[in-house]
Amino acid sequence: MRKNYGPVYALPSALWISAFFVVPISIIFMYSFLEKGLYGGVVWKFSLEAYRALSNCAFLKVSLMTVVLSVLATLITLALALPAAYFIARSRYKNTLLFLVIIPFWTNFLIRIYAWIAILGNSGFLNNFLLRLGITHGYTQFLYNPFAVIIVLVYTYLPFALLPLYSTIEKFDFSLLEAARDLGATNSQAIFRVLLPNIKTGIFTAVLFTFIPAFGQYAVPQLVGGRNSFMLGTIIARELTVTRNWPLSSSISVALTVLTTAGVLVFLRINNNLGGKTKAEHAASTRLHLQIKQHDA
Amino acid sequence: MKGSQIKIEGVSKNFGDFQALKNVSIEIKKGEFFSLLGPSGCGKTTLLRIIAGFEDPSGGDVTLDGASVLPLPSNKRHVNTVFQSYALFPHLSVFENVAFPLRLKKLDNSTIARRVGEYLQLVKLDAHKEKLPDKLSGGQKQRVAIARALINEPSVLLLDEPLSALDAKLRQHMLLELDAIHDTIGITFIYVTHDQEEAISVSDRLAVMNGGEVLQVGTPSEIYETPEDLFVASFIGETNFFSGTVASVEGSSALIDAEQCGRIRAFMDKSVAPGDHITLAVRPEKIRITLERPDQCDKGLNCLSAAVDEIIYTGFLSKYFVALRGGHTLRVFKQHVNYFAEESKIAFGDKVHVWWDVGDGFIVEVKRL
Repeated sequence: MRKNYGPVYALPSALWISAFFVVPISIIFMYSFLEKGLYGGVVWKFSLEAYRALSNCAFLKVSLMTVVLSVLATLITLALALPAAYFIARSRYKNTLLFLVIIPFWTNFLIRIYAWIAILGNSGFLNNFLLRLGITHGYTQFLYNPFAVIIVLVYTYLPFALLPLYSTIEKFDFSLLEAARDLGATNSQAIFRVLLPNIKTGIFTAVLFTFIPAFGQYAVPQLVGGRNSFMLGTIIARELTVTRNWPLSSSISVALTVLTTAGVLVFLRINNNLGGKTKAEHAASTRLHLQIKQHDA
Repeated sequence: MKGSQIKIEGVSKNFGDFQALKNVSIEIKKGEFFSLLGPSGCGKTTLLRIIAGFEDPSGGDVTLDGASVLPLPSNKRHVNTVFQSYALFPHLSVFENVAFPLRLKKLDNSTIARRVGEYLQLVKLDAHKEKLPDKLSGGQKQRVAIARALINEPSVLLLDEPLSALDAKLRQHMLLELDAIHDTIGITFIYVTHDQEEAISVSDRLAVMNGGEVLQVGTPSEIYETPEDLFVASFIGETNFFSGTVASVEGSSALIDAEQCGRIRAFMDKSVAPGDHITLAVRPEKIRITLERPDQCDKGLNCLSAAVDEIIYTGFLSKYFVALRGGHTLRVFKQHVNYFAEESKIAFGDKVHVWWDVGDGFIVEVKRL
């Protein structure tokens, strides 16, 4: 039998994650239980003050807004990405189209947000366009509201949803759709009963890839959102840099992490229940397969 | 007899510049097991897809019991398909795969359970109904696909090379089962295959296709014993070809000067005139091989002398490759009756006589100069 080098291969990434993820998040967790220093920083004295501040009505409102904005952005992203990924997977020009999806990454994220300001702004392209056509009279305020945040969030995460969807749809056996129609299904029945269940993994990945980063977004609500569209990320930054209440910004961060993790766990549970037996069976067969492989080696 | 009569009338199909089907017309009878046989790319699958409703023909019509099916989408046709790759739904159990068409019709659970049970029994899969498709063997998947295609009680079942993914032994077995299912259900089967043995052993009638055209339609024995076309003769079974010019015509037979062996006599299944250039086909098992020259050589037999080049012993028969005087090789198959007393006496290098009945040669091609 060959020696198992698995742990050795995993060591570099384990070190990296420990140093730059586990340690910082532990520091944040620790800071959230300390007293705030006068000019930022912390005083090394245990306190629950930072968590007491979380029950504040304003904070709860921002939490709710964060959930609403990121859920809406995720749903819209999915609705746009699914048909697009399907189209790309079936297209003769899929490589070119995939390339086009990736092109925006060549430009810095912040610059792309500023581009949206140039489009949606008071003297931006959209306003000028509508004025020229005579549809509007005078400038319309498109920026600094929840809609602008959603538009830019959708724009930002569309490729992240599109790529996993594309990769599962591309592997999908399209003769299954023909089989469904042959057996009496209409086009939409074929899509809902055969296509969607078989690309479930892609859909779940796309949802996670969109929802988690959108939930923690800071730059987008900061730049295109207004006073009524704060997200948790925005106030974490404000508490850290402006108000300089480090314990509070830490406790909000902890809350954000807990909320995201809880959301993902619930989501995974739903996923598992939908195809519970399938998954378990799959896991069992994978284990068996691995055992056989090891045995062979 | 259940099932439907299908008429394919002048169907053609173009993919860009490529003509996949050229004016194909076939009439398939009610309840028939009909095969479309041809090499890959001959248009047989395209024809099947047109009947199923996955492709629209560029011209012509397809009718089921006299009514055109072309205006109907595939989900409205009383036709179901067994796909080459089975196309089982990987997220559904065997039971749910078979139940899929019934669920679409929103039948109640007890009806679904009863009917799925019946069809799973028909294909002998009732023990595996909770399994997912990827836990099944190839033969089992095949059965699920058949049960699923039958449960809607279609009047025509289309089978697109359903056995090509199975190994040879299983293929024989499934073929017999398909035949049994056809006898039980009694609907029309249209079976697409490139395997001539499958087509011949199981079909009531078959159409041989090549290059988008139907070359011959007939019962398996008609196709094998009386091929009308050079391609049909060469595609189905093994054949010896002689090419030559018609020297003269006497009654129902013609004298032919063959390039390979000199003057031979051929039955005129196609009318020929002196001077025509023809190709004659003779099946290897129709040719006899003996050490002695037979007596009837001048009365209705074609006799040639040859030398044994090679003998391939295959168990129940031997294949002799004999060189004619001109150097041309002729294949002769002889089934073993008493191997040690008879067949083993002919050995490599022996001078032998090969001979066949004039009626066993078929003119498969005529070129008029």
